[in-house]
Amino acid sequence: MTAARQSDPFVRDLLGRGDYAIFSEIVAPQTCVLDLGCGDGELLSWLAENKDVDARGVEMDAAKVQKAIAKGVSCYQGNLEECLADYPDGAFDYVILSQTLQEVRRPLQVMNEMLRVGRRAIVAFPNFGHWRVRLAHLLTGRAPKTTRFPHEWYDSPNIHFFTVDDFEILAARENWTIEKRVFLDGNREVKMLPNLLAETAVYLVRRHA
Amino acid sequence: MVALTQTKRFDSLELDCGVTLAPVDVAYQTYGALNAQRSNAILITHAFSGDSHAAGIDPQTQQKGWWDSMIGPGKGFDTDQYFIICSNVLGGCRGTTGPGSLDPATGQPFAMTFPVITIGDMVRLQAKLIEALGIERLLSVAGGSMGGMQVLEWAARFPDRVASAIPIATTPRHSAQQIAFNEVGRQAIMADPDWNSGNYYGGKLPGRGLSVARMVGHITYMSDESMRQKFGRRQREDQGIFEVESYLRYRGSQFVDRFDANSYLYITKAMDLFDLAAGQQSLTAVLERAKTKFLVISFTSDWLYPSYQSQEVVNALRRRNQDVAYIELTSQYGHDAFLVEVDEQAEIVKGFLLRVTKGVNRR
Repeated sequence: MTAARQSDPFVRDLLGRGDYAIFSEIVAPQTCVLDLGCGDGELLSWLAENKDVDARGVEMDAAKVQKAIAKGVSCYQGNLEECLADYPDGAFDYVILSQTLQEVRRPLQVMNEMLRVGRRAIVAFPNFGHWRVRLAHLLTGRAPKTTRFPHEWYDSPNIHFFTVDDFEILAARENWTIEKRVFLDGNREVKMLPNLLAETAVYLVRRHA
Repeated sequence: MVALTQTKRFDSLELDCGVTLAPVDVAYQTYGALNAQRSNAILITHAFSGDSHAAGIDPQTQQKGWWDSMIGPGKGFDTDQYFIICSNVLGGCRGTTGPGSLDPATGQPFAMTFPVITIGDMVRLQAKLIEALGIERLLSVAGGSMGGMQVLEWAARFPDRVASAIPIATTPRHSAQQIAFNEVGRQAIMADPDWNSGNYYGGKLPGRGLSVARMVGHITYMSDESMRQKFGRRQREDQGIFEVESYLRYRGSQFVDRFDANSYLYITKAMDLFDLAAGQQSLTAVLERAKTKFLVISFTSDWLYPSYQSQEVVNALRRRNQDVAYIELTSQYGHDAFLVEVDEQAEIVKGFLLRVTKGVNRR
C-alpha cells in the first residue's frame, strides 16, 4: 500500500500532496463527490477524469473558481460553512474536506452537515499533536511555528488546534463510524503513534447507522 | 466570418395571452457547422436591444455582431466545434414578427394591436426554429440579461431539449427597481407626441422619447466607477456639455435608427412580466425536472442585475443537488460586463462546454 502510494505519479508529479493521493484511493468509481474548498479543482478534475466521478466543488476565491470551471469542474463560488445547509440529505457519496477543518468556525457543525449531505465524509487535517509542534511550543513558550505551520498566531488561518486523539474522542462521542484512517508524515505513511508522529491525518467517516 | 440573416416562417404561434399569431417570421443567423449526430448546436439568446447578428461581419453594414468577441473560431463559443444559432426575439424589430410587422388581417402594421408577449412566447418560437433546423436537443443555451431569462425559461420548460444552460447577469424575475427603470423608458416614449398612440409607421418616428428611454437604459448598464473612469467631469469644449451628456445623446440618437419604439414597449413589458416561479410553489419546484447542467455567471459591479438574483437560481438548483457551477466575476463595468469581460467568460465557457460535450457523447 505504502509502496504503491509513493510510486503513484499523481502524488509525486502532479500534486505532491499525500492526502490527495489517499482520497484518490478511497473514492470509488462513478460516485458523486463534493469537495469543500476545492481550490482550482485539481483533485476533482483528476477524479472526474480517472474515476468517472460526478465532481462538484465549493470554493470562495473567485480566481480559483474560474480555474476550476475552466478545467471542467462544476464549482460553486460560496462559503463552505454557509452553503452546506442548501444541499439535500444524502446528495453525495463522499464529501471531502481537506486541510480546512481547523479553519472553520464550527468544526462539529461542519462535520455533521458533511455527514448529512454525504453518505461518507473524507476529512484530512493537520495534527497539532505532532512532536515538532509540541517541541516548538515547549522550547519557545510561544504559539508553535514549524515548517508545516509557518504562520504567526495573528495571521494564521487556523483557529482550532486539535490533534489525532482529539478527533478520535469526538468521533467516539458523536458515534461516527471510522471506516478508514491513514496517517502521514510528508507523503510517507505513519503506522505507529500517530498522535505524535503524523503531520496529517485522513479519516473516512460514516454516520452511525 | 460573414454573417447572413435567414428567415423562417411558421404557420402560427399560440401565445400565453391566448391569442394566436399567424403567420410568424423568425430572423436568425448561424455560425459553424452542425455535426452528423446533430449534437453540437448552441442557441445564443440576445439581450433586450440585441438581434440575430451575434457574430461575424454583416456584409452590408460591415458591423461586427453584438457578441463577436465571444463567438467565432477558437473563441469562447468556438465555431470550429459548435454550431451556433442566434435568432431575433418575438416582438423584435430586426426581422422577427413584432409590432412593426404587417397585420395580415388589416394590411397595416400591428402597432399597439400587437398582442402582449412573454419570455415564454419568445422561447416557444425559438423551440420551433430549433426543431425546424432538425435539432432534437441543444448542447447549450446561453445568453445575458434578457437573454439569460430565455435561458432559464428553456431549462424550465424544455428540460429534455437542453443539455446545458448558461444564464449570465440575469434574474428569475424583475425586482421593483428593474420594473421602475423600464417604466421610465416606456413613459418617455409614450410622452413623445410623435409616438401617436403607436401609429407612427410611415411618418415621423418618436425619436426623442425613444432616445431618452435608451439614455436611461445606458446609465443602468454602467457602474459609478466605470462612468467616472470613462467620463469623469470632462467637458466637450466644442459643445459646452459634459462628456457623459454627449455620450448618452449619441447613444440615444443612434438607437433611434435601429430600434422600433413599440418593440421597446412590448419587450420591456415581457421582461417585467417574466417570473420563472410563477404559479409554482418555488423556484426549486420549477427547475426540478431540469437535467440540464448549469453555468451561472454574475458580475460584482452589476447593480441592475445584482448577484443575489443569480444566486437565487443557483441555490434553488443546489437544493435539488442539480449540477450547477457558479461564479461572480470581478468587474467594474456594471451590467455591460457580460459584453465586455471576454477573457474570463471565454475561459470558463470553454471548459464548461467541453465537459458538457463529453457527457453528451457518453449517453
